[in-house]
Amino acid sequence: MAVVTRGFTGRGRREVDLPPGQYLTDDFPVLSAGPTPRISLDEWRFEVADGDGTRQAWSWPELLALPSEEITTDIHCVTKWSKRGTHWRGVSLDTLLSGVDSDVGYVMAHSYGGYTTNLPMADVRDGKAWVAYEYEGEPLAPEHGGPARLLVPHLYFWKSAKWVRGLRLMATDEPGFWESAGYHMYGDPWREQRYWGD
Amino acid sequence: MTGVPEWVDGNDIAGATRELFAVDLTVARGRCATCGREAMVAEAHVYDRAPGIVARCASCESVLLRLVRAPDRAWLDLRGLSYLEVPIPAPVAPAAMPVVA
Ligand SMILES: [Zn+2]
Repeated sequence: MAVVTRGFTGRGRREVDLPPGQYLTDDFPVLSAGPTPRISLDEWRFEVADGDGTRQAWSWPELLALPSEEITTDIHCVTKWSKRGTHWRGVSLDTLLSGVDSDVGYVMAHSYGGYTTNLPMADVRDGKAWVAYEYEGEPLAPEHGGPARLLVPHLYFWKSAKWVRGLRLMATDEPGFWESAGYHMYGDPWREQRYWGD
Repeated sequence: MTGVPEWVDGNDIAGATRELFAVDLTVARGRCATCGREAMVAEAHVYDRAPGIVARCASCESVLLRLVRAPDRAWLDLRGLSYLEVPIPAPVAPAAMPVVA
């Protein structure tokens, strides 16, 4: 039986250390810009591609065979909720991008269902980003992005693309789904980069 | 799964778009730029539990409209609609002019 020792107890919530404008929630609100894709694990693939086509691809069993990490992190949604101490398991993007040149500046994450979001390569390397497939010890539920989602917790959570299917390498930054409709190209919660010009 | 429907119908965007336009967009007709379906905006599938409002074609689920609202600005992306036909009341004939039947 797991025993969790808490460093503090009960009396209200510690809201120091929260990014500006955020409030704490115990829920995990489901946000989605479209229908939840149902992806068969037999057909699931994660691909790293550039302009010339696919460089590398992993099937579901191949992903699970890679070294995985446990991640405990706070998450911050641009709709202003933050959630403390969420637990995930996934494969570091350092592993999945190990064959990629260091001169590639940006990636576009692509999802089943058509969602996209752009990220600087520097923000998905050095232990800052994962392809996560477990949440709180359980397989990641479809409404939270399962079978696998991107996890980039130092940026607003819209960057952690649900139902991720791959990364396209880019020389220059291009806007993804929300970034082309008003949301910030980078999305640092600590600098409150919600919208264009923030 | 929660059993809560993922989307609501297009009437949901009436309030959000009334802020930007003097007309009720939900009674406009539009054509999906992806599959060509023509329908009332009210028939779209609207996903509003998201960082913005996304209206999708009821036929092919392509994005018709996106609306993002910041405290002091709004962004409207209509690239998924190849046109919008908006009903506008015809001018009323002046009362003094006899109407010939
Ligand atoms: Zn359509």
